[in-house]
Amino acid sequence: MSEPVDPEEVRHVADLARVALNDEEATRFAEQFGDILAYFDALDEVPAVERDADLTNVMRADDTREGLSQEEALRNAPETVDGYFKGPRVS
Amino acid sequence: MTAQTTQARDLAVVIGLEVHVQLETATKLFCGCSTDTADSEPNTHTCPTCLGLPGALPVVNEAAVEAAVKVGKALDADIPEETRFHRKNYYYPDLPKNFQVTQYDEPICQDGSLEVAVADERRTIGIERAHLEEDPGSLKHEGGAIDRAEYTMVDYNRAGMPLMEIVTDPDFRSPTEVRAFLEKLEEVLEYLGVFDAERDGSLRIDANLSVVDAEEVAEDGTIPTDVLADANRTEVKNISSHKGAAKALSYEETRQKNAVRRGRAVEQETRHWDESRGITVSMRSKEEEKDYRYFAEADLPPMRVSGWKEEIAIPELPDARRERFREEYDLSAEEASKLTSTKQVADFYEALTDEFDAGFAASWVVDRLLGELNYRDRSVGSVDRAAFVRLLELVDSDDITVKNAEEVVLRAMLDDGSDPDAVVEAEGLGKTSGDAVEEAVEEAIADNPDAVEDYHDGEGGALNFLVGQVMQSTGGSAEPGAVNELLREKLDS
Ligand SMILES: [Zn+2]
Repeated sequence: MSEPVDPEEVRHVADLARVALNDEEATRFAEQFGDILAYFDALDEVPAVERDADLTNVMRADDTREGLSQEEALRNAPETVDGYFKGPRVS
Repeated sequence: MTAQTTQARDLAVVIGLEVHVQLETATKLFCGCSTDTADSEPNTHTCPTCLGLPGALPVVNEAAVEAAVKVGKALDADIPEETRFHRKNYYYPDLPKNFQVTQYDEPICQDGSLEVAVADERRTIGIERAHLEEDPGSLKHEGGAIDRAEYTMVDYNRAGMPLMEIVTDPDFRSPTEVRAFLEKLEEVLEYLGVFDAERDGSLRIDANLSVVDAEEVAEDGTIPTDVLADANRTEVKNISSHKGAAKALSYEETRQKNAVRRGRAVEQETRHWDESRGITVSMRSKEEEKDYRYFAEADLPPMRVSGWKEEIAIPELPDARRERFREEYDLSAEEASKLTSTKQVADFYEALTDEFDAGFAASWVVDRLLGELNYRDRSVGSVDRAAFVRLLELVDSDDITVKNAEEVVLRAMLDDGSDPDAVVEAEGLGKTSGDAVEEAVEEAIADNPDAVEDYHDGEGGALNFLVGQVMQSTGGSAEPGAVNELLREKLDS
């Protein structure tokens, strides 16, 4: 069985990801995370099966490839300035 | 502990380093974007992978892995059977994905060492680990200081550049040792051809520094681990050169020693090296406890490259080359060490030995060329090799004097890119023939009877004066030694 998730843990992870949660949300998400993790417990019931060997050493040669233009790179950005992505002040 | 005993304590400094070096590859670590971003407009070297767009799949650059194996080999490190990448999660706009791909508990290089010479002592610095990781993007804080800026501008050209982070053991006992280590490390990396010191930001250093009772340091420099663990240390960030490292760490050493001597505790914290003010500044403990939630990067399968250590050849490293130079070319320790200070210099010199006597070439490179270059703050890469060879030919065949070759021809070559033969022609430096010198000597004797009398009275300065007269009338093209001899011959006869 997976460990239950408590609201404190949810709040900690939310802080790290700069997401603001109120008490009600923290409690609700803790329950929901608990449910999600519980679904994974079902995987323990799956019998062992044949599977392909794991991949190793998947590498590419050091050849340059055309990337995106500045315009394309910035296309999804809500705000830009002088060819830069523009974001709020950080500290 | 009382203030009295604190005063009396002899303190020793303990330093460990995390050195980030940029590996010289054509493309980024996980995508085909070019690493040649100098002078580029922002966000012109990106693709869905290094921008962290959904669905993009990273594939590791084989050249970067090879470079890492070479570094491991040069540092005498173990390359484990299997090594892999991890995600280091943190939330900051320089990371487009909100995680950095790095290596956590299975780094590509472990347990190495690098030997450095400090003054006359050889010290072995332990390398705990060295791993591959991607560089974050770069930020500009518009409107001044980071915490007062109006907004942040983000450029992802640098995001995904291949870095190697080299972590040393806390083996340094002075900032001078740190500087010697960094110089040596750069030299080795340049020899390997995996690093370019000229590239902006290619070397970045974080240092951990603490002070302990000097009595705890054993003869061989070792310190008991529990003493190390008990000492509060600061992490000094934002160091970008060897010189900066020595300055930043000397400052931090003094600051900590002063704190301890005044009976204050050293706070365990991160400090920022402010190059322009020459001080380290506390970054305030606003940052929350580090919680990077590392986990394996499932998009990048593990690598099994321990066998590459045998397969990949690395060039002769500086220490070995220095010893070979001493033996093979019969050079002094000082000459050999100067000639192998960089790969560029060593290659330049070694090519000359095909055409010239090794000792002759060594004295020209060490005593003359490197001095002139150093004075001009230039590297040997800026020297026209063919012109330098021609200069040595002129000296070797006795066509010009050593003095003129160095002071006139070499300097003109370096300053104006002049052709040696053209300089000799224009300045009339071709060695004056014996007859002309003899004529000038006789003239000097005839024109300066007072000096001749002084000479016969045993005044040493008189001969020098006459030599000077001859040199002047021959435009410096006579050989002073020969003039001296000829003058004496004539005066004594
Ligand atoms: Zn890219």
